[in-house]
Amino acid sequence: MTYFTELIEGLIIAWDAIKANKLRSVLTTLGIVIGIMTVTLMGTAIAGFRSSFLNAIASFGTDVFHVQRFSWFFGSEQEWLDARKRERIALDQVRQLEQALTLSEAVAPVTQTGKPVTYRDKKSSGVQVIGTNEQYLLTSGSLVAGGRFFNRAESDGGRPVCVIGANVSSNLFQSISPLNETLRIGEKPFSVVGVLGKQGGLFGEMGGDNSVIIPLEQWRYQFYSRPDLTIHVKVGDIDRMNEAKEELRSAFRRIRGVRPGEADDFAINQQDQFLESFNKVLAVIGTAGFFITGLSLFVGGIGIMNIMLVSVTERTHEIGIRKAIGAKRRAILAQFLIEAAVICLIGGLIGLAIAFPISLALKSKLGGTMPLSVVLMAIGVSLLTGLISGFLPAWRAARMDPVDALRSE
Amino acid sequence: MSLIKIDQLSRHYEMGSETVYALRGVSLLIERGEYVAIMGPSGSGKSTLMNLIGCLDTPSTGNYELNGLDVSEMNDNELAEIRNREIGFVFQTFNLLPRSTAMHNVELPLIYAGVKLEPRRQQADEALKQVNLADRKSHRPNELSGGQRQRVAIARALVTRPSIILADEPTGNLDSKTGEEILALFDELSKRGNTIIVVTHEEEVALRSRRMIRIRDGLIASDEPVQPS
Repeated sequence: MTYFTELIEGLIIAWDAIKANKLRSVLTTLGIVIGIMTVTLMGTAIAGFRSSFLNAIASFGTDVFHVQRFSWFFGSEQEWLDARKRERIALDQVRQLEQALTLSEAVAPVTQTGKPVTYRDKKSSGVQVIGTNEQYLLTSGSLVAGGRFFNRAESDGGRPVCVIGANVSSNLFQSISPLNETLRIGEKPFSVVGVLGKQGGLFGEMGGDNSVIIPLEQWRYQFYSRPDLTIHVKVGDIDRMNEAKEELRSAFRRIRGVRPGEADDFAINQQDQFLESFNKVLAVIGTAGFFITGLSLFVGGIGIMNIMLVSVTERTHEIGIRKAIGAKRRAILAQFLIEAAVICLIGGLIGLAIAFPISLALKSKLGGTMPLSVVLMAIGVSLLTGLISGFLPAWRAARMDPVDALRSE
Repeated sequence: MSLIKIDQLSRHYEMGSETVYALRGVSLLIERGEYVAIMGPSGSGKSTLMNLIGCLDTPSTGNYELNGLDVSEMNDNELAEIRNREIGFVFQTFNLLPRSTAMHNVELPLIYAGVKLEPRRQQADEALKQVNLADRKSHRPNELSGGQRQRVAIARALVTRPSIILADEPTGNLDSKTGEEILALFDELSKRGNTIIVVTHEEEVALRSRRMIRIRDGLIASDEPVQPS
């Protein structure tokens, strides 16, 4: 018997059996429906979470190093305590670094603090006031939506000008153009020269939308003259990242007076680290999540096995007839396996049909729509559940003695 | 070469702590084209013998050669193939698949034999023609009378052109008129050259054959040609 005819015959038998016991088939398949629903919604949530995260850190720029005292991720508390003792990163070190690097396109010293910002009678609190130079535009990957970024002259001269983020603009200025208007940071007046495009994303440190950027000299003048700086270094050629990183490391070691053999007393952070850490966490969450939702599928599968055992017993006589006219064991096995697989596949499709509109409705919370990979996985998992749950009953059917089987009923 | 060669066939099985000897050593030869009746009361072993001849079961001891093949030592799958190719069963209770049409019931042995759609439909059509039921092929068993159902079963038995037609009480569930129709059909099939073995406890049915083998207590009591009346 060719595989194809077997499959068709199996599908016909499966469909007949399902039709003959509509209520029972519905109840049996319910477990799979619920299992697939939860698995796909969870898969969508995880995929959405991942893409939101990737979007957010994309604004960091894959080609930018962040040179700081602290590393973004610590192996141990001891590491952190040691890092605290490090000398702060000072402005003259940044200047020396800029001179020394050949493989980078932009170097920007960055510091920030939270200050209230006011315009006329409106006040925005929780705004990050970032002090940096004109190269920040390049290193942060920000886009200017209106006006311009401040230039080198304004930066070196420490002019009281600022560039504001999209949320600050909409909060304080609403529909008026903020350009050339004066706003107060702390109590000091600054003239707005540019507005940044909306970035969105969930990232805190560079929550660009809610920040105001001023020249570093002004920042030091207004707030604190000896800040601990982060140095943004944008690499020119992304294919030479590792080379650039090494150049950066050896130059900065020299500048900071780190002796050969001693460990770095600073950290070079990259977006990669986020991704790595995040992927690790996501893997754990994902595994736990799938395990839990997988349990409901497991329960559904047991229900299928139970009903298939009943079905096989009910059809003992029919199995006897088929064997008498020449069905081999494999044919009987296939018949019942296909029946189980079809019931589960239908359950899976119904589960998908219910989960899909739910995922659309929850799109904003989940961070995205149901990816095709999740849909395919759901279909695959349904089929697999059917084949596994149906195996024992199908095996029983296949091994029945035809004489005994014919005698029953 | 005889179609069926049975040599000292016996079958016993355990029922709890007791051993039941259903067949105690049966030997016989059946040639191609014969019309044989196996007769005996219940418990005589005739059903056991039928199951062995039909390759539904394997003997405990002894040899069985069917159409030149030694089937006594075959495994499940091989027996299934033999049943498909060489044996056409006709049962007392018809044993049709209730949710399938007559056509599907008749073509089922061909499906298991791996025959493709076109030739399969053709062969099934022919088998239904042979039993005069071509016009009922899309009907389900519950839409057919008892006699018609048995005829579908006979068509199914014929469809693979088997070596033997093995009938177990073929008229047992039919009224006398319909039963007569079926027996007439068997006469016809026999005339066309089919080898027919009927297992029955009814004398009138057995007398329609041309050779009567009586079984008693697991052994052959007599084996004689039937005198035409």
